[in-house]
This record gives sequence, structure tokens and C-alpha cells, in this order.
Amino acid sequence: MQIVDIAFWASVLSIAMAAGTSLVYAAVGEIFAEKSGVLNLGVEGMMIMGAVTGFAAAYHSGNVLIGVVTGGIVGGFMALIHCFVTITLLADQVVSGLAVTLLGGGLASFLGQRLGVDGTPLVGLIGPRLLEIPIPYMSDIAYIGDVLFNRDMMTYLLYIVVPLVAFYIRRTRPGLFLRAVGENPQAADVMGVDVVKCRYFYTVMGGVFAGLGGVHLSLSYTPGWTESITGGRGWIAVALVIFATWDPIRSVFGALLFGGVNAIQFRMQAVGTNVPAALLNMLPYLLTIVVLVIITYFEGLRKKLGAPDALGLPYIREERV
Amino acid sequence: MNSIGLKMEGIVKDFPGVRALDHVDFIVNKGEIHGLLGENGAGKTTLMSVLCGLYRAEAGSVYLHDSNTDSEREVVISTPREAIVCGVGMVHQHFRLVQSQTVLENCILGIRDTNLVVDYKAIEKDIIELGKRYGMEINPEAYIWELSVGEQQRVEILKMLYRDAEILIMDEPTAVLTPQEARLLGETMKLMAIEDKTIVFITHKLDEVIEFTHRSTVLRDGKNVSTVDTGNTTKRELANLMVGRDVVFSIVRPNISPGDYVMEMRGVSVYDSRGVQTLKDIDIDVKSGEILGVAGVSGNGQKELAEVATGLVGCKNGSIYIGGRDMSDSSAGKFIKAGVSHIPGDRIGVGLVGNLPVSDNLILKSYQIKEICGGLLFNQRFVHEYVDRLIDEYEVVTPGRDTLARNLSGGNQQKMVLAREIESTYRCYDDTRLIVAVYPTRGLDVGATEFVRSRLVKQCSEGAGILMVSDDLEEIIAISTRIAVMYSGYIVDVVKADCVTLEDLGMLMAGERPIDEI
Repeated sequence: MQIVDIAFWASVLSIAMAAGTSLVYAAVGEIFAEKSGVLNLGVEGMMIMGAVTGFAAAYHSGNVLIGVVTGGIVGGFMALIHCFVTITLLADQVVSGLAVTLLGGGLASFLGQRLGVDGTPLVGLIGPRLLEIPIPYMSDIAYIGDVLFNRDMMTYLLYIVVPLVAFYIRRTRPGLFLRAVGENPQAADVMGVDVVKCRYFYTVMGGVFAGLGGVHLSLSYTPGWTESITGGRGWIAVALVIFATWDPIRSVFGALLFGGVNAIQFRMQAVGTNVPAALLNMLPYLLTIVVLVIITYFEGLRKKLGAPDALGLPYIREERV
Repeated sequence: MNSIGLKMEGIVKDFPGVRALDHVDFIVNKGEIHGLLGENGAGKTTLMSVLCGLYRAEAGSVYLHDSNTDSEREVVISTPREAIVCGVGMVHQHFRLVQSQTVLENCILGIRDTNLVVDYKAIEKDIIELGKRYGMEINPEAYIWELSVGEQQRVEILKMLYRDAEILIMDEPTAVLTPQEARLLGETMKLMAIEDKTIVFITHKLDEVIEFTHRSTVLRDGKNVSTVDTGNTTKRELANLMVGRDVVFSIVRPNISPGDYVMEMRGVSVYDSRGVQTLKDIDIDVKSGEILGVAGVSGNGQKELAEVATGLVGCKNGSIYIGGRDMSDSSAGKFIKAGVSHIPGDRIGVGLVGNLPVSDNLILKSYQIKEICGGLLFNQRFVHEYVDRLIDEYEVVTPGRDTLARNLSGGNQQKMVLAREIESTYRCYDDTRLIVAVYPTRGLDVGATEFVRSRLVKQCSEGAGILMVSDDLEEIIAISTRIAVMYSGYIVDVVKADCVTLEDLGMLMAGERPIDEI
């Protein structure tokens, strides 16, 4: 009875929004990188670095904004490592991405032990956090008001950023160049697009977004620093990019779905329905595989929605065929 | 005629170990269609890649027409972007198009002075207009992957015209076209020439050179051999210039009379992954004691022919028999058992495992032999003896059997492949033996070349049949019994090697039958 209750779904959605924000940031960032042909599996590492440095900066400065900016910049620097290794040195993108994830995890845990007051651990400290800012009148709308218009600054920012990014990729000149570089860098190169510069730019941008996703965790969703605060969200974001078929708008729905899975699980337990938690946690990955099968199987869909053709491939100009 | 549109002077380009362009001078007038001819590896594409900023030349200078002063002006082109700014546009042999984007999007790729938010409607009008003007109409909103090869090529040309390219380089544009499409392209080029554009037309097809071009330049071994007025020349003369050189070569072909059929292909057709037909109704056979040379400009189906003959690719239509057995649906493993050896063209990528030692590479194909591997374990003592014997017999110069294959020189690597392939053929269940040798002497020095050739001939004299693909015409004439010439996926003709000249072969390779035979 209670499971079809609107109030129940509104509360699930509300949690999904909170949990999904960091996923959308990370996914949009990864979409940028992958659209330019760079697969960056370092999302988890970039997120957690963003989370720890962002929280530390906010804690010491007492200003959340400084925390947010710091987290973004650190995420970008982590991505820069990946750029140098894969774009300049032409190393394998999968290996480098995994290395960034491992490096980020280790480094974040190390920093978490000393970035507190006078080199003490960050764990347990309570710092400033992003507060929900209810939008007058709109937040009073029944059910959806609380879901949509009683959120923190970073979530509101996505309301603008996501459509903007989607438009940028689809309709603008730099967006066209970006897509061309990811699809066929040879073609882009002979047409005068600087492939290396483009890939560096968007991959670093992806890192900034991933860092912001991490910051949202430590400053809003689960305020404070705990070890492995990201808890695999970076990987969910990577899966989310595929699930959303490299489209920022669709990534929002995916993020709500993936973010909502946990919420549903808790609520369902509360009302006494017995769906095993492990099964629900598996759902995002299962759905990703389903989507991957569908868009790979149908040729037309693959060409319209599939991965960028040159994803994962290094590019060198003077290559004799 | 009129002023110079493009002048390249003393261009030198080195690739590791080879001088690809050796002080090439190349001049094209404005409003001229200029044919650029030469064998594979003569340097045509390399020269044009230098012009496009894809390769950086070691020496030499480039001059382009300057419309302000109506004279030529030296330019430095070191990136593709600079080439485009200078008005140089190249239509690559393998199209540089983004498959998942539309014609429009491909046309404006790289152009930086559009609005930030692209106004596709306005550009669409321009593209349609441009298409009409040059007789290349195309739907600007179509995705590239929806278009035929001929239409894709139009997009390649259109996008260059759209950015006002004054110099258009067409790299073997007709290779992928049907005859009708090729004629249309010819008309388009003439239209562009009338508009005073400078057109470089790279091709192997002598007919088209005669039909479309005003003048032609022939490159050979990275040098400009000659520039001729097309009106005053003949196909035969051009063929001569392309392949003709004073060659002294010793004829060493096996002189035993051919025996039974070792391999027969009957009506074999093959399609590649994109559905393009790469082999068309091939009918050839190889008898024991015979070397069938396969000549042709590379990319005309020789690779696919070798793949069918070794079972790497199954034939969709038609059948292949090895030693009389129908092998049409068999795997490469069954071909090996039936007595087929394969000396692949890509010896480093396919022929050898570079990171394994010489000994492992030599027994790669013999591991099923009882003496080498009885059950689970190798019989090390026997393997060492076997490997040392091969190293000795095939004169492989190596510090030892444990040296990694990739550390040997090209000649020694090829000797290893040769040793493994020849020795493994002694061990099949009947005595049918076919050796498929693809570019067996490519990149080898004189000594190694001599060695490989004599071993092949020796095998032949001992009863093997050999199918040899080569781009070295002298080699083909020197050791083949018969020569099959391939052109765009079919066999133009099979001729006896002792009554054919280089020029005849050159004509056949361009898809022309010699006049006296028609």
C-alpha cells in the first residue's frame, strides 16, 4: 500500500537528487574526455582527491566556495597526469586511468591523515557544508517543490551546466571539433584541428568536473571526510556515461536512477519488502550492460549513439600506413 | 600556358633507413590537371603529404601562386592547418571523414571563423550551391556512413572547395570508383581546372592520365624521372617511364616440368568487412614444380589472394582445392595440415613472435611433431638439436638460439620464417606442398634476397608449388614460371614468364591488355 504512495516516491527522489549530483558532475566530465577520444578510468581517483582537498580547504578557510574551487582544480591536476601519460607519451589509456584511480585513492587517504589541524587527521572534523537553499514559493510546491527547489548550490548549478554542455557538444563549433577529434582524429587533424591540444583541454576539464563531484560528497551529501568516501561512485559514473550513451541530459536520468537505487533499498526495507540489497546495488551495472548490448547490436543505433570511434586510441600524425 | 600554381624544389624526405624523396622538383601550372605517376613506393603520396604538412621534409622549398602579385611566393607548410591556410587541399586515398557526422559538419570541420553557434542553414545553402556548380550534388544533411564510396569522395572534394582550396591533390581518387563515377569525377576536375585551380591527380590508370591530364610527372624511386605533355605521349611510353630501368637480372627459375595441381582456385570471390568485393571470380592454379608469380600494384587483391590460399579467409563464393582436396570451408590449421606454408608479407607482425627467442619461433609450427613434444613437455634436447640445425642450414646469423627474434636483422628474421615454413612442410600427411610467399624479399639486402630466392627455387625443384606475391617485377620475372597479374581484385591475365617484358607487365598492372593481344 505504502509503496505506491506519492510521498514515498518523493522522498526517494529527493535522496536520489542528493546522491545523483556527484554522479552527474563526474559523468559530464567523463563525457567531455571520452568525446575527445580519451578514456579516463581515473574518475574514482580524481573524485576522491577532489573530496579530500575540497573538504580540507573548506575546513581551513571556513568558506565552502574555496573548498569547491580547490576540489575542481585538484581533479583537473589529476587528469593532467593522465593526459601527459596517454596523449603525449601515447601510453595505454586503460592502464594509465587505473593508475590514476589507485594513486588518487592512496594519496587521498594519506592526505586525509594529515590535512587536519597541525597535521592531524581530517576524519571526524566538522567543517562548513553546502546548505540547502530553498527557492521561495517554488520549494513549496507539493512533492516536487522539495525535490527540485530545496537543494544546494552545486545541484542548482547543474540545472544550467547540463543543458549548456549538451548544447555546446551538439550545436557549437568547438563542440563539433571535439566530436570530430574523438571520432576520427586523422580527419580532424588534416582539417586543421589541433588534436593534442583538444584532447588535453577536455580531459583536464573532465578532471575538474570529477573533482567537483568529489567535493559535493564531502561538503554536502555525506559532509566531512571519511576513508573511501567515494565508495565506487567514480566507477558508477564511468558506467553511467555508457548508460547515457555519451549524452549529458540522459546522464541526469541515469544518475537519478543509479543514485535512487540505494534510497529505494532503504525505503523498501523500512516498509518490509524483501529485495536483497546486493541485487539492487548490482542494478546500475546490469543496466549498463543491457544498454551496451543494445547499442552495439543494432548498427544504426551504434552509429548514432555508440562510443566515439577513436575512444581509447592514441593519435600520432607521422605514422606510415 | 599560364602562371605557376605550385612549385616544389629539391624536396628531400627520409624515413628510417630509406630516402623516400630524393631532391624532387615538381611544377604544376594554374588551371592544369597534372598527373602524378609512379610505382608503389615511388614517393607520390609522400611528396603530396609533404605539401599538406603531414610530413616534414628534410630539405627543399615550396612556392605557391600569390594572387596579389600574380607570381609565386615561397611558403613554409609544417602542419595541416598551415596547408589549408595556404589553399592546399588533399583528397586522401582513405577518406578523412567523420563517419558519424553529417556532410555539413564534415565540411565546416576545422573552420574557425563560423559563429560560435553554427548557422547550419546558411552553410547548407553554400554547400548545395557549390555542389551544383561542380556537378557534385549531395544531400548536406546525410550522415557520411549512409553514403556510397563515390558520394563520400564528393564530400571530400566539396569540403576542400568550401574552404577555397586553390590546389587540389587527388590521391588515387578513381581507385574506389566505378567507371561511371570516375568519368563524372573527370568532368568535375575539368570544371575546376577551367576555374583556374591547380589539380594534382595521382593515379595508376594510364587511360585516365591520357584522358584527363594536361601534363604528367613520373616518379621512380623517389626521383622525378620526367615531366611530359600528356598530349605528346602514349600509354606505353608512360608505362616505360614508370617501371622501365636498365636491369640486369639473372634468370633462375626452376626448370623441371610441372607436375600435379597443388592448388586450384575456382571462381573465388571475397568481400571485406565493409562489403566491398576484394577478389572477383579468381581462377588460378599452381602445379608442383612451378612458381606462380602474382604481380600487381599493391592493394589490388594480392593480400586477399594470399589469405584465401592459406585459409586465413574463407572464400564466400567459389572453391579452393589443395592437392585435390576441397578446402573451401577449412580453417588455417587444416590448410597447414594439407601442406600449405605461409611466408607472410608482414614478417614482424604476423610471421614472428618478436618477444620469443629464436628457438621458440622456429618450432612454432612443429610443436605437434612427436619428437619435439611428446605429451605435455617439450623434448628440450631434441628441440635444441632441431633448432641448431635450422639455424645452421638457413644461415641465420644470431648470437644463439635464445636471442629474441626481434633483435635480429630483417634478413635473418626472414630466414627464420623461411626455415620454419619450409621445414614444417616436410611433415604433412601426404606430399602435397604449397608455399605461399608474400613479398618474400621485401626490405632485404642483396645477399639475403639471393638466399631467399634460391631456397624458394630449390623447394620448387623438389616438388613444391609456390604462389609468390611480389611488388618487385624483376624478381617475379626472374624466378616465376608463370605470372598472374592482378588489378582491382581480378586476374587481368596469366602469362608465361619467359615471354613477357617489364613493359607488358606494367600495362597489365594498370588494367590494360597489351595492344598486340587484343
